[in-house]
Amino acid sequence: MTTKLFGEPVRRREDARLVSGEGRFLDDLGQQALAAAFVRSPHAHARITSIDVDAALEVAGLVAIYTWEDLPAGVAEPLPLLIPHPALTHGRTAYPLARDIVRHVGEPIVMVVARDRYLAEDICSLIEIGYEYFKPVVGLEEAVSSTHLVHQDVPGNVGAHLVQEVPSAGGQSAAEAIAAAPHTLAFRLDIERSACMPLEGKGVYARWDADDESLRVYSSTQTSTSVRMAIAAKLGLPLPKVEVIAPDVGGGFGVKIVHPWPEEVLVPWAARLLNQEIKWTEDRREHFISSAHERAQIQHVQVGFDDAGRVLGLSVEILHDHGAYTPYGIIVPIITSTQLLGPYRIGAYRVEFSSIYTNTVQVTPYRGAGRPQGVFCMERTMDKIAQKLGLDRADVRAANFIQPDQFPYDQGLIFQDGRPLIYDSGDYPESLRKLKDLIGWDEFPALRESARAEGRRLGIGLGCYVEGTGVGPYEGGHIQITSDGRVHVSTGLTSQGQGHETVFAQIAATELGVPIERVSVVTGDTRRFGYAVGTFASRAAVMSGNAIALACRKVREKALRVAADALEADPRDLEITDGVVHVVGSPAASIPLATVAVLSNPLRYAFDEEAKRATQFATTGSMDRPPVAEGEEPGLEGKGYYSPIRSTFASGMHAAIVETDPETAEIRILRYAVVHDCGKMINPMLVEGQIHGGVAQGVGGALYEKMVYDEHGQLLNASFMDFLMPYATEIPHIETDHLETPSPLNPLGIKGAGEAGVIPVSAVIAAAIEDAEGFPIDRMPISPSDLYDLRLRSPR
Amino acid sequence: MKPPPFDYHAPTSVREAVEVLAEVGAHGKVLAGGQSLIPLLNMRLAAPAHLVDINRVAGLGEIQTDATGVRVGALARHAQVERSAAACLAQPLLRQALKLVAHPVIRNRGTIVGSLVHADPSAELPAVLALLGGSVRLAAATGEREVAAADFFTGPMESATRPGELAVSAFFPAWDGGTSFIEVARRHGDYAMAGVAAAVRLDDLRITAAKVVCVSVGPVPVVVEVTGECGNRPVASVDWRAVVAAVQDRIEPEADIHATADYRRHLTGVLVERALKAAADA
Repeated sequence: MTTKLFGEPVRRREDARLVSGEGRFLDDLGQQALAAAFVRSPHAHARITSIDVDAALEVAGLVAIYTWEDLPAGVAEPLPLLIPHPALTHGRTAYPLARDIVRHVGEPIVMVVARDRYLAEDICSLIEIGYEYFKPVVGLEEAVSSTHLVHQDVPGNVGAHLVQEVPSAGGQSAAEAIAAAPHTLAFRLDIERSACMPLEGKGVYARWDADDESLRVYSSTQTSTSVRMAIAAKLGLPLPKVEVIAPDVGGGFGVKIVHPWPEEVLVPWAARLLNQEIKWTEDRREHFISSAHERAQIQHVQVGFDDAGRVLGLSVEILHDHGAYTPYGIIVPIITSTQLLGPYRIGAYRVEFSSIYTNTVQVTPYRGAGRPQGVFCMERTMDKIAQKLGLDRADVRAANFIQPDQFPYDQGLIFQDGRPLIYDSGDYPESLRKLKDLIGWDEFPALRESARAEGRRLGIGLGCYVEGTGVGPYEGGHIQITSDGRVHVSTGLTSQGQGHETVFAQIAATELGVPIERVSVVTGDTRRFGYAVGTFASRAAVMSGNAIALACRKVREKALRVAADALEADPRDLEITDGVVHVVGSPAASIPLATVAVLSNPLRYAFDEEAKRATQFATTGSMDRPPVAEGEEPGLEGKGYYSPIRSTFASGMHAAIVETDPETAEIRILRYAVVHDCGKMINPMLVEGQIHGGVAQGVGGALYEKMVYDEHGQLLNASFMDFLMPYATEIPHIETDHLETPSPLNPLGIKGAGEAGVIPVSAVIAAAIEDAEGFPIDRMPISPSDLYDLRLRSPR
Repeated sequence: MKPPPFDYHAPTSVREAVEVLAEVGAHGKVLAGGQSLIPLLNMRLAAPAHLVDINRVAGLGEIQTDATGVRVGALARHAQVERSAAACLAQPLLRQALKLVAHPVIRNRGTIVGSLVHADPSAELPAVLALLGGSVRLAAATGEREVAAADFFTGPMESATRPGELAVSAFFPAWDGGTSFIEVARRHGDYAMAGVAAAVRLDDLRITAAKVVCVSVGPVPVVVEVTGECGNRPVASVDWRAVVAAVQDRIEPEADIHATADYRRHLTGVLVERALKAAADA
């Protein structure tokens, strides 16, 4: 049996558990815990004038009611601003419970702890809060022109302002290059809000051990290690006395990387104070109005280009809506403004963004994290250039591509990790060739004509993107081979359904030469691994995958050293196959890894058969040396950390054929094609799964999802009745092809794949609808009603 | 997302059910399939003090079919009727409509009579009852009454059912002609942005009777008789613009977050023509 599993479409090992109800999600835990619920602001902007709990105090089963005034120092402070940036001159974060002012509907004001969630919600409804109302600021254009302020000390509602400018090779600024260009265009683009919407909302379950003075917290999070540090700091507990575990997590998509959420501080604090187990499980309405959204931007674009469609100068001004607070800094608009350039080598580039406060839910990264907006901007620009010049849209892109021999390619910008935006590898012309083949780009005109003859209206579009993945600073992996021959892998980052139990086991099995059945993987449990960053930014496979490989290599080296001693062989002559160390070319001279594990520990109590068997190999050892030599450790285990110099850049291209109904304006995706390059694939089946899920979310963003706020700051569609995520019935069959340009930056040559699928979808669908209809599509998402409206305003 | 407190009643007979309902009056709410009521309770948008669960009431699950039509008991689930060959032969519009009602999981629990009493102007079953001129039988402690569809739907989410009454069945008359139901929804199974059911009768290929009902474009299902506009002509020579205009004159679409009023009006027009043609073809 081969143990070379890297690159194989191994079936997901976690699925049997997850699809048969054996998963352990947050709300499956702590059935005996008290329940927490929150009174949240029904107003978008108001001062709290009174909180009356008298009626609530009468309810049997009430345990505690807390407002901001009850919170001790530390807990009472504003939540941390996780990622400061010099351009974020007016960063603001919320208090865990509102102090005086509420700035969006859904902001928590009162925490109730009761015997169960039913009672807790009954009690919430009995708490009377008085408000002095302020005019809320809703919508980007209103926010920048309004005299009303979300924060009194933030003039113009501008939280951050950043300009990056890259001159052309000839030293021209973008403005100069555009002015001198043979052709120019200027236009405006709009993208609406959406949100991550994981199937499982957030949740926190905390239990205090009074005897041990320690705290265990389960959280549905994308970073258990950082939640742990935040809780220890906020509660003034020694770090070793706090454990945080991410159990099975039902999706994250970015919203659960924000930390600590108010509940992640308040629930553990109250659990310790009351010496009672407490659990809070977010409901869907709470998730809509009190977690995070993303996407909303307005972009003003100016571009200058030559007769071949080559971009000579590009200038983009972005208004970015970051909601009421900025706990995650300005990562989203930074990514938009840098990743906008995609696979293109353009003349001069200037980008300017203003990140704006509004009285709405805060904006933090959602799968794609600013890239869908950037790609929408660049790809709409490419299409408009082609339209203006009468050129094929694919040819215009090809004319602007960075060529395979131009890597590493420095875009001259500073990326989200504060490091230079340097692409490591890629082959964009080959990707485009594959995509055109896959979708039948050159045959489409004939297809369009035959459909037209039947009264049907078809259009085709394409879009390209480059995605920085695997951002640092580091991840680690720990490997332990125990005396039963099992391989225990742990890494600190968390899993939300990606398939880490499978791919990390594939890596370990391949590196160690053991059957995958012997490998178990634990993620997101601070009892097993204390240092980690988290699962976001398409980084888990790149970061922890490489760290685990490095840890395995250390353990393998030690195993060979110990085995070489026992076999009286040279370690260089040994290899490991199917969990057995043997001398190359001499299979009889062998020793199982389990035995090696026993031998690696001089304490050999014979608790099991393996230990007894190992005694036959045991040497008496030298009386002149200690049993554990200097520099050695007992046991067969090792740790490895991977810390990249910078991100690795995956890429891809999508194309779609859509049909629009000439009468009803319904929009149907007939075909959807993806060519994807994430370097070497650990498991092509899981890569496809990531692409499928991403495209599905992209279709949601293109055709269905928006957060509809009214002028009072009320979110009108805060339920799955009215916030339309696509069902399986709305998702087309997705055709995929792959390209593998390995990353030179990491040992495994891999790049991230987690976000890729979602990134270009709005751009692609807009292009295809535009092609079908013959008028510009500059605002996404688009509904049949929107399309009908555009038809009336844009005669063909 | 947890309901406020309520008293729970589980009667086992119609008599017992109407007695409980008489007692609790306007504070009571009937629970049948629960596909609308339970979400309303969980969202705390409804807070009845008493929930009268009729799922244990004997005799309410029947589907009776004869030449005159289909009588559906209060506990007959959407899926049961959808799969009843006899019911769908007697009135094919039932299956045509039920295929459009939400998703299989909802149809497995939701009841037809429950949907009628809920009286959502976007729902399919009220429209079917209105188009066919059916009726709902209401039982009370004081006796039964049969209310015609035209009198039953009184406003959005409002029916003629009075406090203390239990809708025990609904009657969908047969139609000796063709029927169809066409909708455009944002997603598969969603409430329609606009939808039209049609009933057409032909004599020697000429349309001798035609009527439509429109959903999501008024406070109640909007039934429009268009026999006159169809002008006793074959489908191919009907002045469809006149037919569409006659219907568009009668509807009162409103904008919501999914569609503008203009689009709903336009869409209804498109669907009127498509539905009538499909019904003539059926």
